Formats: sequence, structure tokens, C-alpha cells
Amino acid sequence: MITIDASGMHYKDLNKLIREGIGRGIKKFFLENVNGQYYIGDGIKGDDIVININGVPGNDLGVFMDGPTIVVNGNAQDNVGNTMNAGKILIKGDAGDVVGYGMRGGRIYILGNAGYRVGIHMKGYDEQLPVIIIGGKVGSFFAEYMAGGVIVLLGLNDTDDTCSDYFATGMHGGVIYLRKKIDFSKYSKEVDLYEADDKDTAFLKKYLLEYADNFNIAFEDIMDKSFYKIVPSSARPYAHLYTSA
Amino acid sequence: MLKLKNKFSIERDISGCGLCGIINAKRVKITGSNIKKAISVEHDRGNGLGGGFAVYGNYRDYAELYAFHIMYDNLSAKSSVEEYLKNNFVIEKEETIPTSKTSKIIEHPYLHRYFMKPKSDRQDKLFHDLGDDDFVVQSVMLINENYDGAYVFSSGKNMGAFKGVGYPEDIADFYKLDEVEGYMWTAHNRFPTNTPGWWGGAHPFTLLDWSIVHNGEISSYGINKRYLEMYKYNLSLKTDTEVITYIFDLLIRKHGLSIELATLVLAAPFYQNIDKMDNEKKELLTALRQIYGSALLNGPFAIVFGYSGGMVAMNDRIKLRPLVAATMGDFTYVASEEAAIRAICPSPDLVWSPKAGEPVIVKFEELVPQKGRVIGL
Repeated sequence: MITIDASGMHYKDLNKLIREGIGRGIKKFFLENVNGQYYIGDGIKGDDIVININGVPGNDLGVFMDGPTIVVNGNAQDNVGNTMNAGKILIKGDAGDVVGYGMRGGRIYILGNAGYRVGIHMKGYDEQLPVIIIGGKVGSFFAEYMAGGVIVLLGLNDTDDTCSDYFATGMHGGVIYLRKKIDFSKYSKEVDLYEADDKDTAFLKKYLLEYADNFNIAFEDIMDKSFYKIVPSSARPYAHLYTSA
Repeated sequence: MLKLKNKFSIERDISGCGLCGIINAKRVKITGSNIKKAISVEHDRGNGLGGGFAVYGNYRDYAELYAFHIMYDNLSAKSSVEEYLKNNFVIEKEETIPTSKTSKIIEHPYLHRYFMKPKSDRQDKLFHDLGDDDFVVQSVMLINENYDGAYVFSSGKNMGAFKGVGYPEDIADFYKLDEVEGYMWTAHNRFPTNTPGWWGGAHPFTLLDWSIVHNGEISSYGINKRYLEMYKYNLSLKTDTEVITYIFDLLIRKHGLSIELATLVLAAPFYQNIDKMDNEKKELLTALRQIYGSALLNGPFAIVFGYSGGMVAMNDRIKLRPLVAATMGDFTYVASEEAAIRAICPSPDLVWSPKAGEPVIVKFEELVPQKGRVIGL
């Protein structure tokens, strides 16, 4: 275990300390007074590594990360989990724009809201199954060009719409689960809405139990509604954009 | 040093830029050390090719005069511009802008400031009867276009722009902004994308009391430029941001639009959203789009716009650049990154990300005399 006071520290120095620590066999990191340092946990490996962050981490938190767990005790900025491969990022506050860009594995759990373009270009293959769960609401371009993986939008605290314009535009793979039914006119024409079945519920239960446990909230409160499922209508929505069928 | 009126080659580079703004609605003044600390958190968003600040409320002793900040390549440029100024303005005070010799900014132009008002018997009165503001705008355009090696980078009342080539925290030290006080500040850290990094090209861009700092790229620059040229604005600074300042000047000062309507011109709602509005709103927004189609800004942007009445921060219509806002008492903060705000305000009352195209507008509370004393509304 190691505690690092990151106040005034440049991201290069902070990431160097983390990498050196992992090299020495340290498993738990407590980063204090973090404020805006980019790329924390950039490309690090090791399923048993845990990084606990107090303060606001900078953009590209956990970029290319491959196994470790990052816990943020407040808000995070943009590009959380950019191209992440494995591991887990927990955010107890809000996250910024472009969460999980091109994410290809691992989990991002957000207790609060997330910004625009959550899960853009997210993808999955075989056992690689990236999962993003958002407790609050999200901005426009949610799941844009989504190609794989799972995004769960809970809308726990908001009475307003939980999402906005250009919902799932260009989505051609993966699954979105919604705890609240939304205004169908906002959906893209490229997705279909179903009520979640038992198989879906079983899948959700596995992840939402962990989510509830991680954030110390009641699992029953999350599961008090039936979920909706959104899947793409076509695996290749733009196959004939430039050519005739 | 890059010459102020050089012919630059246009190169492309990847984008970045960072911005910050602080306003106290009750006009409580703070020093430049605050915004310097905030923008320095966004150091890596720039590359040292441009940093700058706008401050409001800093020239209280000359509040009724136009404060011209002018940069000169050489002393002959200075003397020819000063000849123009002396013929057309009453200059109450002029001095070198105070700078620090120990800062990291080593190469810089001559930086001079003038507190003045247009002469009532100036020569142009023979041809037309321009108001003072219009004459100042015309003078700024004239100097920036026609006087080689001279560039007016600030021309408002009781406000000033301080900018140059360097990182913003170094520019702040260079202009000794720790000693300057104001009730509104904006700051910019530049990563030039399409145009060169030169002293005049650093943000903010100002005209009269308007100031703009901008992160992004105005892809509608061509149509905006041609539109503004019809109204005699000269676009001579080789950067897209300039158009935003002049559009605000045209819409608000010349055409009398409110701040709110002006923001709806710059980031107009999409027609598909206008179609869903009630009739009155639909009619208004359709009219704005039809009349001011050429003033619409396209492309990714986040801007902070300062004026004598307050501050506006806004994004493009699909949020392609970051913007975070926070409040703490009478202070409102905006920045490209939350961390910049937290650096000077660790626990704000409220932190939020404004929606795409939805402006954050903060106006100063008007002070009205009541029962012999001045109180805030």
C-alpha cells in the first residue's frame, strides 16, 4: 500500500510513481489531492491492483487499462476508460463526456450522471464484454456507433428524461438496458425496443448486484422496475449508404 | 519575433486549447492570481503559442475613457499610429503597459496603452456623424488593417486584454496580473490549430467592451467573414475567433438584440427542434435563423464572452468541446475542465456541465441608489 500526495504534480510524474509502485509489487494506491492529472492508470495491468482517488482526476482516466480497479470518490472529467481493455472504474460522482470511447472490455460504473457520447464506438467480441452502468442521466449521442458490449442506464434520481437527442445513432451491435422507458420519438430509427425477459434480468442481476454493493445502495431499489432492452435493427445500418442494395 | 503584419504560411495542427472565466455578480474585485492558478491547471491543453486574459473593472480611474492597448513591431509604427491618435482623440494619459523583466517572456513587441476619447471636432465629422463607439470601431479596424507593425488588441472602457505568445501563466507574470484587480476575468491557453501563433493571434479577441476566448474551430468562418465585411468589419487577424467578437458587436450593439437572442443566433437550435416548439417561439427562432443565417457559427466550439454587463459561456450545438460551470456564492466559474475550477474553488455550491448550445449567462446585479445609499438589487 502506498499513499501519493498528487497536489501540484504533473501527470507524467504521477503515472511514473504508479508504474514504479506496481513494478515493486505494490497492490493498493491511495492518490490524494488529485486535480486534473491526465491519463491516470494509463495502460497498466494487474487484476489485483486498486487505485483510490481523492480529488478530480483529469481526462482519459484509465485509458488502455488492462485489469486494475480505479475508484474515484468524486467527479471525473472527460474520456473515462478510453479504449479500456479490462478492469473496473468506479465513479461515485458524475463523469464528463465520452465515457468508454472504443471500450473493448472491463466495467465502468458511475453513480451520478454522465455527459455526451457515452459508449461511443464501444465494442465486444467473444469473452470481451465491456459494461457501462450509469446511475443518473446522460447527454446526447448516447451509445453512438455502438458495436458491442452492454450499457445500462438507470435514471435513479432524475424525474426528467434520462437521455437526450441522437440516442443510439448508428448503433449496430451490443445491448442497451433502460430502467425507465423514454420518449420513443427520440430513438434513432436504427434500434428496436423490447421489454427485458428473464434471460436479460438474470444477466442484469449479476452486474447490478455488484454495482449496488460497490456504491452501497439497495439492490431492490434498482430492481423495483422492469427493464427495457434496446438492440440494433441491423448489424450493418450503413451497408448501402453509397451503393444500391 | 514574428512580425505583426507578416504573411504567414497556414499549417494544420491537432486541436486543444483551454479556457476559464470568473465573474462576481456583485462586482467584488479579485486579483489576476486566481485565474492564473485556474488556467495553469489546463497548461497541457496549450503549447506555449498563445496565452491571454481579459479583465473588467481594472481601470476605475479612467472608467469613462477608451483604454487602447496597442502592440508595435517597431518605433516608426508607433509614431505613425500616434499621429493618427493625436489627430482624432483627446489622450488623457498614455504609458507603456507594465511588464515584468524577470518573466519567461523574453521576446515581445512594444506594448503601449492610451486612455482617450474621440475628439468632438475630428476630421471625419466632415463626412459623417459617427457615434464615439462607432468611431472607435472604425479606428481599430483602420489601424489593424492599414498600419504595418501595429495592432490594437484592446479598446474598451474599464477593461483590458493582456495577451501574447507564451503559456498563460507566463503571460500573467509578464503583465504582472497578480497586481491587477477586476470583478470579471477570462483566460485562454492556446493550441493554434489552423493559424499561426503570434502576439495578435492570442486570445482574447476584443472590440470595445466585448471580449472572446474560444476553444475550437469555426468552420463557418468564410461565410461569417463575408457577412461581417458587408458591415465594414475588417478581418485581419488571421484567426477564426475574431468573427465571434464582431458578430456579438453587430448583433448586440448595432442591431439591438439581447444577449439571449444573440446566443440563439450563434448556436441556433436545429430546425427539427424548432419544429417541436410552440408557435410563438417557433416564429421567433425561424425568423432569427432566416435573418441571421450567415451569423450562425458552425463547427466545434466552447467560448467565454465578456461584456460590460456580464459573462456568457456556451458550447456549439452538439457539444464538441468541453465546458464546465460552477457557482460559489456570488462567484460563477466556467472552464474547459472541472479541475481548473477546483484549483481556486475546491468545494463549489454547484458544479454542472452546460448542455450543448445552452448558454450560461451571468449578469452583474445592477446597483441602484436608494435612500441616499447604493445597494444591490
